[in-house]
Amino acid sequence: MKISQMLLASVAVLAIGMPAAAIADTSDKRIALSNNYAGNSWRQAMLTSWELVTGEAVSVGVVAAADAFTTAENQATEQAAQIQNLILQGYDAIVLNAASPTALNGAVREACDAGVIVVSFDGIVTEPCAWRIAVEFREMGRVQVEYLAGRIPEGGNLLEIRGLAGVFVDDEISAGIHQGVAEFSQFQIVGSVHGDWAQDVAQRAVAGVLPSLPQIDAVVTQGGDGYGAAQAIAAAGRDMPIIIMGNRQDEIAWWKEQKDANGYETMSVSIAPGVSTLAFWVAQQILDGEDVPQDLVVPFLTITQDTLEEALETTPEGGVANVEYSLDDAKAVIAAAK
Amino acid sequence: MKTLFSADSLRILVPAFSLAALLAAVFYLQPRTMSYMGLNLMFNLAVPIALATIAQMLIIAVNDLDLSIGAFVSFAACVTATFLESDPLIGLIILAAAVGVYALMGVVIYLRNLPAIVVTLGMSFVWSGLAVLLLPSPGGSAPEWIRAIMTSRPPFVPMAIIASVLIAIVAHLIVMRSSFGVVMRGVGGNSRSVERAGWSVVKVRAMTYALAGTFAVIAGIVLVGLTTAADANIALRYTLLSIAGVILGGGEFVGGRVSPIGAVIGALTLTLAASFLSFLQISPDWQIGVQGAILIIVLAIRLLLNRRERREKRA
Repeated sequence: MKISQMLLASVAVLAIGMPAAAIADTSDKRIALSNNYAGNSWRQAMLTSWELVTGEAVSVGVVAAADAFTTAENQATEQAAQIQNLILQGYDAIVLNAASPTALNGAVREACDAGVIVVSFDGIVTEPCAWRIAVEFREMGRVQVEYLAGRIPEGGNLLEIRGLAGVFVDDEISAGIHQGVAEFSQFQIVGSVHGDWAQDVAQRAVAGVLPSLPQIDAVVTQGGDGYGAAQAIAAAGRDMPIIIMGNRQDEIAWWKEQKDANGYETMSVSIAPGVSTLAFWVAQQILDGEDVPQDLVVPFLTITQDTLEEALETTPEGGVANVEYSLDDAKAVIAAAK
Repeated sequence: MKTLFSADSLRILVPAFSLAALLAAVFYLQPRTMSYMGLNLMFNLAVPIALATIAQMLIIAVNDLDLSIGAFVSFAACVTATFLESDPLIGLIILAAAVGVYALMGVVIYLRNLPAIVVTLGMSFVWSGLAVLLLPSPGGSAPEWIRAIMTSRPPFVPMAIIASVLIAIVAHLIVMRSSFGVVMRGVGGNSRSVERAGWSVVKVRAMTYALAGTFAVIAGIVLVGLTTAADANIALRYTLLSIAGVILGGGEFVGGRVSPIGAVIGALTLTLAASFLSFLQISPDWQIGVQGAILIIVLAIRLLLNRRERREKRA
């Protein structure tokens, strides 16, 4: 061991010995965000959260830099090139929202071989050397039915609004909903339409299928479609069922309106765009030498009757309810996965 | 008498100079790239683009335009990641059949006098559909041998550079030095006189399309070798990239005037331009605009060259 190494080692020992060390070992590390798409409100909120949290982290010296890069077009080949450029720019870690779960594996492998930490979230990659912060879409579907079982113990008819046909997320959430229905067999799905996660599409689809349906007791959704469903049902003059919401501002605003008017009760569940900041802290923890399991799970952001007002206040018009994660949140998620 | 600054030699020198200038700028911005690993990382994804650009160049050489290259390379990538990996024989048969379809496409376009843009645009949906059928969700895996080739580390010169040079030489030999290449360019220049001279234009066009299909198939295989897996949309961007690459490299849309070496340089330049913009940390909102601006500048220089060419001819 050279003298300099010995010095370093003793400094490290000292640093561990001091519990309240303000500056982490990662103060000279640089983290990059590689993002494949910025064209909707969720992604915009994701980028804003990233800036907010990492800006603060950089200014207090937790890390040296945390730059966000978005590819101009949502294409896997372009993002693979972007990742390779980030390796060349000498980043210590890359936080990744991937355009494809598999097509970036080559570039991710290159990053790992170059000693770069790769943490994927939301759009995760399958390359084993990367970390994954995955969304449990199935569970997101299942908890909706579970909530309904609490509200309507005798069960009833469900209308399912699905997302964009052929997309993995749609299959997963729907599978979760069907699993929930199997578990709570007092419910049956009497109709299913594709709302494409958009209010206008959902409204048209629900309006089209309503005349052929018996009484609907509840509507299970995937987010971005609750408000449209409510509009269609109101227009048809039917009794308002329990519509599960998806954290969009227009959905929460409508819910609040109904609550004030007639005590309407429901719940809202989705993934907070601030999950990018969770990925940031996870990357920071890995750089810090923390032993982090390769597969982590994102907590849902659930809005209940009690947190409704608060959520409505903090959600920008046209946006999505959001939460930024802290270092402690990341530590809790890591601990939960161990 | 050709001089270094005649319009003809400038046609190939301008792309080469712009690549060199861009490379110098990148080296200055990010000295890390000036290494074996750096060059490989910067250029390895340019290899499939260069192959697709050569394919596009062949089609352009006979005065057509292929709008299905991106979808076709994606399809080839999906076949590579599925059948070529599990049952190499079936995979090869499928890819050979796809090349056959390309040849057929060339024949149909000529015989029925159809606009190539419309036919290839239509075919792009067919290829995309087949790709989705093969791989409904992203996945598959790369055959060992192509993965081994693409991640090989030859001494001194990185794989990406060797592959690019090899592609340029092979394409140059086929297009500029073989008798087939001469006739092919002749079809693009003046199809009627080629026919009168006794060659079968149908045969030449079928062979040109088949050759383009072959290059595109190799592009798909190589791409999977780099990414290790495929999805149905993996190479959709290649359509526009390949056209831009041909034009950047000194090719013309009509008249059989193409340059294989230029096309490879064009593909490398486009890839490098993206890295350059990324190293400059230009906001992504501007990146597409800047890429477009680079294309416009190169085209403007070309316009000046063309004018000079005409003046030289008059003199």
